[in-house]
Amino acid sequence: MTRMQKFMGWVDARFPATKVWNEHIAEYYAPKNFNFWYFFGSLAMLVLVNQLLTGIWLTMHYNPSAEGAFASVEYIMRDVPYGWLLRYMHSTGASAFFLVIYLHMFRAMLYGSYRKPRELVWLFGMVIFVLLMAEAFMGYLLPWGNMSYWGAQVIINLFLAVPYFGEDLVQWIRGDYLISGATLTRFFALHVVALPIALLLMVFLHIVALHAVGSNNPDGVEIKKNKDENGIPKDGIPFHPYYTVKDILGVAGFLFLFCMVIFFFPEGGGYFLEPPNFTPADNLKTPEHIAPVWYFTPFYSVLRAVPDMALGVVAMGLSIVVLFLMPWLDRSPVKSIRYKGWIYKTGLFLFVVSFVILGYLGMKPPSDLFTLIARICTVYYFFYFLLFLPFYHLFDKTKPVPERVTH
Amino acid sequence: MKKIIAIALATLSMAAFSAGGGDYKPNDPANININDKMALQKGFALYMNYCMGCHGLQYQRYKRTAEDLGISEEVLKSNLIFDGSKPGDLIKTAMPEKYAENWFGSAPPDLSLIARFRGTDWLYNYLRAFYKDPERPYGVNNTVFKDVGMPHVLEPLQGVQFLTEEGDLTLISEGSMSPEEYDNAIRDLVTFLDYVGEPVKAKRQSIGIYVLLFILVFFILAYFLKKEYWKDIH
Repeated sequence: MTRMQKFMGWVDARFPATKVWNEHIAEYYAPKNFNFWYFFGSLAMLVLVNQLLTGIWLTMHYNPSAEGAFASVEYIMRDVPYGWLLRYMHSTGASAFFLVIYLHMFRAMLYGSYRKPRELVWLFGMVIFVLLMAEAFMGYLLPWGNMSYWGAQVIINLFLAVPYFGEDLVQWIRGDYLISGATLTRFFALHVVALPIALLLMVFLHIVALHAVGSNNPDGVEIKKNKDENGIPKDGIPFHPYYTVKDILGVAGFLFLFCMVIFFFPEGGGYFLEPPNFTPADNLKTPEHIAPVWYFTPFYSVLRAVPDMALGVVAMGLSIVVLFLMPWLDRSPVKSIRYKGWIYKTGLFLFVVSFVILGYLGMKPPSDLFTLIARICTVYYFFYFLLFLPFYHLFDKTKPVPERVTH
Repeated sequence: MKKIIAIALATLSMAAFSAGGGDYKPNDPANININDKMALQKGFALYMNYCMGCHGLQYQRYKRTAEDLGISEEVLKSNLIFDGSKPGDLIKTAMPEKYAENWFGSAPPDLSLIARFRGTDWLYNYLRAFYKDPERPYGVNNTVFKDVGMPHVLEPLQGVQFLTEEGDLTLISEGSMSPEEYDNAIRDLVTFLDYVGEPVKAKRQSIGIYVLLFILVFFILAYFLKKEYWKDIH
């Protein structure tokens, strides 16, 4: 026995180190037919680690007060060695996180990964998505720029729509009669302590649930139904080394694009860092046009599409709630888009188109035409979830699903 | 269905249309080069002589600026620091905010980040867009920033402009610089403001090339590693 084996023997007698490693990495059998869309799970993990590490280092130099926040960000940008890199990695990372998560969720929609038995994987994932939105929203206030301030103003005021307690609720959230240093410090606490802990817990549950039921795949075939004499799925391959080396390839591709933004377009054309945020928060000067950051705009568009504010807030909430219900709304006998007919393909395509248009419109000032388009897209958004998903299988012609995964 | 596509196309074409600059005149591109040390030095000198009286650069330090622009500490101390600040100090204006508010209606803004807020093209046009307007408190108005509260500090250089009824600016009395010299001076100043907005910009771009090259090599190696491992999977 080598020294290493002896050491692991000692550890394993006290802690299931080898067992955990095997169950989740070395002997976790993943379908061998993962395609491009399956990179985004590991990439989400990478971006999460990026946000945590750069966030910790930014916290070392950031000053969470109304008087000092804006100046401390500029101090990080100018006086802290490579502080600019930390800041851009964090600000670009926020946008990258949402991009990766949206593509990760879209993958689930393509291949029916939310369907039985993966309902909890999807639900935990949706909780992560909601937590991530809260995390991003609170983080956006911290630079204390003018867009931070007015963006937070708009979003916090949405709670005024709550009947009876609206006014009190909003004041309770702000901790003041207007957004002030009190709001900033509590958002800081939530952003750097409470929400990251909740996020990590949910990511843990998401992965435990996934590894219990096993990964779906582009064919939507359950590989556990076809096992060899050793009880190993015939179409499964060990996650390590096969998917670790493959994911490294994905990481390299992602990092190329990510670093291109960081080093050459850190403002992301004004979408990742918005120009009005380069002036300090000022409660007397409203920016010409207040819009949330791009990753919130599809939902913001839904809000604006409804003429009544309270109903708009309800519609925005519902537009996220319906996502939670997807495992029970979709009733097709087939999981993967590969074996569904043109009706589902068209429906999903139009859903993507309307989601992107909603996102675009949410960044623009409203006009008669824009509001009309936003309304059409909003109606389609809800139509897709509430009428299309539950009933399309009655009309859609499916193709036979193979026994084993295809290549 | 056709209707939706038509509306989507209309949306996109409008987006393309609105992507251009603002609807002000003049509307020329600044065409700055952030690596042009000469322009940066001239812009810094112009800034310290004409702007610094009212507008600070409170997040930026003298010493860092001189180092990045290739200016020696002696030249910095003798020619560019006017208020006895130390080289390591932040570039703060001497004008007290409470008086400034009285004098101008609102305190002149700090310009550390103005290039990132307004954009360099806007600044380039704004500084060339002052014209004579006796109705304004300082006798000048601006076609890019209407009714701006700032006097035309650079008038001795540019001369006096007049706004024609067609909305064009013409020079009615010459300054110490020709129009071309003045445009170049403004370009230098805007280049400097772009530098001050993000002093690390030139450096980050030059590092960025090496970072991307490294990742490219890493990607190629990762590709062959993956291929090697996966060759026995069918």
